[in-house]
Amino acid sequence: MIELCNIGKTYTLGSNEFAALIDINLPIERNEFVALTGPSGSGKSTLMNVLGCLDTPTTGTYSLDGEAVAGLDEDQLARVRNRKIGFIFQSFYLMPRTTTLDNVAQPLIYRGLAPAVRQKLAAEALTRVGLEDRMHHKPNELSGGQRQRVAVARALVGRPELLLADEPTGNLDSKTAKEILGLFSELHADGITIVIVTHDPAVAAYCHRVVRLHDGRIAEDRAQQPESARHTVEASA
Amino acid sequence: MTTSSDDKLAYDESSRTAAFLYALQECIRSALGSIRAHGLRSFLTMLGIIIGVSSVICVISLQQGLTQSVMNQLQGLGGNTLNVHADTSLQDRMRGKISHLSQSDVDQIRYRIDGIGNITPVVQPRFSAGIRNGENSTVAQVLATTSYFQVVRQTFPRYGRFITESDDTTRRRVVVLAEKAREDLKLPENPVGQFIQIGNEWFKVVGLMEPRGEMFGMSQDNYMVIPYQTGLSLSGVATQPDISLLLTVDDIEALDAVTERIDALMRRLHKIGKDQPDDFKVESSQSAAEMITNISGTITLVVAAVVGISLIVGGVGIMNIMLVSVTERTREIGIAKALGAPRQYILMQFLIEAMVLAVIGGLIGIAFGFLLGYAAAGAIPNFPPPSVPWWAIIGATGFSALVGVLFGILPASKAANLAPIDALRHE
Repeated sequence: MIELCNIGKTYTLGSNEFAALIDINLPIERNEFVALTGPSGSGKSTLMNVLGCLDTPTTGTYSLDGEAVAGLDEDQLARVRNRKIGFIFQSFYLMPRTTTLDNVAQPLIYRGLAPAVRQKLAAEALTRVGLEDRMHHKPNELSGGQRQRVAVARALVGRPELLLADEPTGNLDSKTAKEILGLFSELHADGITIVIVTHDPAVAAYCHRVVRLHDGRIAEDRAQQPESARHTVEASA
Repeated sequence: MTTSSDDKLAYDESSRTAAFLYALQECIRSALGSIRAHGLRSFLTMLGIIIGVSSVICVISLQQGLTQSVMNQLQGLGGNTLNVHADTSLQDRMRGKISHLSQSDVDQIRYRIDGIGNITPVVQPRFSAGIRNGENSTVAQVLATTSYFQVVRQTFPRYGRFITESDDTTRRRVVVLAEKAREDLKLPENPVGQFIQIGNEWFKVVGLMEPRGEMFGMSQDNYMVIPYQTGLSLSGVATQPDISLLLTVDDIEALDAVTERIDALMRRLHKIGKDQPDDFKVESSQSAAEMITNISGTITLVVAAVVGISLIVGGVGIMNIMLVSVTERTREIGIAKALGAPRQYILMQFLIEAMVLAVIGGLIGIAFGFLLGYAAAGAIPNFPPPSVPWWAIIGATGFSALVGVLFGILPASKAANLAPIDALRHE
C-alpha cells in the first residue's frame, strides 16, 4: 500500500547541505503494524513527515494507496492527509477550547460534511475508543490517557488508510501507555495499517515489524513476534 | 474498520456550495469562540472601530435631524412661495450703486405676470429711534406690508386682526406684533388695544400673530407688521425704500415657469444687457431649503470623512492584534493543516475572524453613536432630535466589514502560508 522508492531528503542550513534521508526504499503492505525506530537524528521524524505528507522528499517517489504523492502541491497534500492519513502525536495536539466531540469532528470539516454528519461520525469514533461518556468535556478536563484516546478517535474518524503515530506514549505513564498500545493492537486486529515512530524498544515490541534507521539510512528491517497486548494488560491488572 | 471505496464516496456527496456554507458556518462559529475566549482583548481590538463608527453615526444623526427640521419648517412656509428682492453685485456695491426694486416694478409684476396667486410688497423702513413700550424696547424687524402677507406666508393672528386694506389706504398707525416682540416689550398676553412707539410715532396694537417657533436656535417670532403705505410714508422721501415682493403661484408645477417670467420681465424693466448679471433675485423657499441641505450635507461629508479616517486606524488595530493572534495560534494552525485544512480554509477562517471583530465593533459603534447623538442634541438648547437614516446603518456595517477584510488579509495570508511541519513544531 505504501511504496517509498529511493527517497532522499536534504536540508540546506546556510551553505551546508545536510542529508536527513538517503536512498530509502520501504514498502509497507496493508494491515501491517510497523515500528519506525532509531536514535535521535537518525531521520525517523523526517521519514514520518514524508510518510504523513507533511513534507515532500527531495528525491525519489512515494505512492500511497496507489496515488503518487511526491509531486503534489500543498493543497493536494492537505487533501491526501485529510482522507488517507490519521495522525497521533506525542503531545496529543488537541484544540484546547473545543469539546472532545468537536475535536474529533475537526478533520471532517475539511471534507465539507454537514455538522450533523460530522457529529454522528465523531460520536461513533469516540465510542470506538471508549470515551462515549466524555463527548462534551474539554481536553483540560481529561487525563493524559483519555486525551490520547481522543487523538486516536480524531485519527480514526476519517477512516484513513494509514494511522501514523509519533511517539504516541511519550507523554504517558507506563500503565496508560500500555492501554494505548493495547488500543493500537485492537485497531490493527480490525485491519488498520499502523506505523509508530518511537525510540522506545518497549513500544516497538508491540509491533509486527521493526524498521530501524541510522544516519538517514535503513539499518535494519525485520519482522518479529509481537508482545501480546492482551497478555500485558492482564498481567498489569 | 471498513475502508471500501463506497464509504469514501459517501463523504463527497455534499455539493461544493453546501460544503462552502458548512465551512463558512464553522468559521463564524470558531471566530465567535475565539473572540469570546479573549473578551477584553477583543473589545480593545474593536475599540478603534467602535469610536470611529460611533463618531460618524453621531455626526450623521445630528445633521439628518437638523436637515429634517429645517425642511419641515421651510415646508411650513409653503413650497409655492417666491421672494423677489434686489441683489447688488459686489462690483456695483463698490461703485456705490445699490440696486432697488421700485414701486413700478411691483406693479408691473403684479399685473403682467400670469400664474400669480397672492402677492404683497414688503418694506423694512428704517427709523431714527427704536421701538419702545415705556422703558422696554425691542430690536424686532418691522415689516411694512399689505393684508395679503398673512395669506402668502400662511401665518395668521392669534388675537385681534391683521392689517386690512383700509389700514393701508388710510396709512393708519396700527401694528400687529409677533410673540417675541410682544415679550420683549412686556406687553400683556393679549396686547390688543395697547400703544407702542415705533421711531417717534405712536402705533396702536391691533393683533398678535401665532408663534412660529425657532430655527437654528433663532426666534421666528421677532417681527411686527405695519401697513405698507404707513411704512413708505415713515421712511421719508429722502431714502429710496428697499422693496421686496412675496408672492405665491397658483400651481406649484408652474413655479419654475413663473420664476423665469419674472426674471425676464425684471431684466427688461431694469434694462439689463445680455451679458450683465441680474440686479435682483427670485428665490423660492424650496431653493432656500436646498441650499441649507447642501451646505449641511457638505459639512457632514467633510466631518464624516475626517472621522472615517479613524476607522482606518481601527483597522490597523485589528490587523495588529490578528498578527499577534496568528503567532499565538501557530500550533493550532499547524494541527488544522496536519488534519488536512486547505490554504483557503485557513485564509477564510482568519478573514472571517477579522471581519466578525470589525462588524461587532461597527454594531456597537452604531448603538453608541446613536446614544451620543441624542446626548449631544440634548446638550445643545433647541437642537432638533437626531435621526439615523437606514443607509448610515447599512453603510457603517458594510464599511466595518470591508475594513475587517482589508486589514485581515495580511494576518490571514500569514496564517495560510505557514508550512505544516514548522507550524506543528512551533513552541
